[in-house]
Amino acid sequence: MTRPFSSLSQLQSQLKDRSISATELTQLYLDRIEQLNPILNCYITVDEEHALERARAADQQLARGSGGPLTGLPISQKDIFCIKDTTTTAGSKMLANFRPPYSATCSTKLEQAGAITLGKTNMDEFAMGSSNETSFFGPVKNPWDLLRIPGGSSGGSAAAVAAGLCAASTGTDTGGSIRQPAAMCGLTGLKPTYGRISRWGMIAFASSLDQAGPMTRTAQDAALLLEHMAGYDPRDATSLDEPIPKYSQELSQPLSGLKIGVCRQFFSEGLDNAVETVIREAFKIFEQLGATLVDIELPNTPLSVSAYYVIAPAECSANLSRYDGVRFGHRCSDPKDLQDLYQRSRGEGFGNEVKKRILVGTFALSAGYYDAFYRRAQQVRRLIKNDFVEAFDHVDLIIGPTAPTPAFKIGEKVDNPVDMYLQDIFTISANLAGLPAMSIPAGQVEGLPVGLQLIGNYLQEGTLLRAGHQFQQATDWHQLTPDIEL
Amino acid sequence: MTDLVNETLLKDLTTLAQLPFEPEQVSSTLSAINEVLELVTQLENAETAEIAPLAHPLERQQVLREDAVTENIDRSQLSRNAPSFEDGLYFVPKVIE
Repeated sequence: MTRPFSSLSQLQSQLKDRSISATELTQLYLDRIEQLNPILNCYITVDEEHALERARAADQQLARGSGGPLTGLPISQKDIFCIKDTTTTAGSKMLANFRPPYSATCSTKLEQAGAITLGKTNMDEFAMGSSNETSFFGPVKNPWDLLRIPGGSSGGSAAAVAAGLCAASTGTDTGGSIRQPAAMCGLTGLKPTYGRISRWGMIAFASSLDQAGPMTRTAQDAALLLEHMAGYDPRDATSLDEPIPKYSQELSQPLSGLKIGVCRQFFSEGLDNAVETVIREAFKIFEQLGATLVDIELPNTPLSVSAYYVIAPAECSANLSRYDGVRFGHRCSDPKDLQDLYQRSRGEGFGNEVKKRILVGTFALSAGYYDAFYRRAQQVRRLIKNDFVEAFDHVDLIIGPTAPTPAFKIGEKVDNPVDMYLQDIFTISANLAGLPAMSIPAGQVEGLPVGLQLIGNYLQEGTLLRAGHQFQQATDWHQLTPDIEL
Repeated sequence: MTDLVNETLLKDLTTLAQLPFEPEQVSSTLSAINEVLELVTQLENAETAEIAPLAHPLERQQVLREDAVTENIDRSQLSRNAPSFEDGLYFVPKVIE
């Protein structure tokens, strides 16, 4: 494995035995960013000065034998996490010049553990999209095929890791935005249990669904990052006050005795035949590893996309009402009155997909429609959750495809929003239920990565990571890298 | 199926959401919104009569805390993001004549 494509754990030992310094490693990624980012467009902001300063400090710590568990490891962060004094845009014109006065809790925790932030990655505007095409800063290219999308909304993070422009990244997942781009770029992407990682300082899209998580080359790396991202935060009333297991230490436990559910509803119409073949081949690996596969039913899961496209827009219409052009964000020029200031600032600052979702949410919450749409969607949300609760009485994990197809071509689905929304058909239910879920590379179709999704019971990220790690000990899909070199 | 949102309702929604649309965008906006709403009408197929709505996926109670100042952010760090800020005040167009 060449160095830019090394895992965090490999880099950790290279830094420790001094075969490379943190400064050299950081410079290596910065050089690659300089040369490849103009092609891929995966970074919105690169903070070279800050990164090198942190790297020099890391080298001093490493020389002294001190430092934290992530000291000297260069990562990127999705541009949805506020980082103090660093432009944080959420992929929107609205926040193109926004410099937060504070940092997101999980970004702070990663830096406190020693990670070096190289820069902020591109994303769909306010995380609304599955292709990274709604970003104000332009689409991101998939390193596996530059004509194709990297997935979304954390598409910049996925492309940056896949192309070796950082060692790992962070993402957020409201309906699949970590797992689907991880699948399309051949990475491991974990959405933890709702509340596992603090949302404080993470720009809100749909607050009852949003969850941050790691995007890495391996499950082992995801375990390492999660240990340092997770934890109770008094600043986020929805963060969970639960102990954080040492995920890295549980990875080597064998899978014998593990019961894995295969859900018929995840093999529905719309699933690409070649993707299905890859996923069913992956099932055999889990059986070889000692797990038992059993059929299960999640009868209400097919309603996930419908429930999501009421709940997420409703929450986004409320969350995005804060962008009024007064205290921060874009302001139109020469407003004639306050109403004009609000309307034109919002009209100019938001892109079309964001505007559409705000209007759908406004509709779903408005008098006369609330019961038929919002209330009903929340009732269906409970039905979807209940299906999972019942299933997890019988199984430890549920597996299936992450996305119905491999990466599609840029522009292919722009005029067909419903087709775009169905990209998340297998991922959304875990967000609605608040369950942890992860995508790992499980094969390829015509040279494009395919992701396998594992869904776990509440707070059982350890089981997901262990299953992912054991699968990666038996396969090498996660070690493949795209043919994109300087 | 009949479109749920017509031009009149769209006008109300754009007022509520403070999101203006140019006349030439009305038709495409209407069709985009109605396409999403058609997708969500599948919710009618669910039997929800006895089902309580679920707002928090883990059904945890909201945590309350003392209403006390625990930290301060330098005002200049906040105001630097404001489009118009002078003498400690955020400026907007005149509201009262």
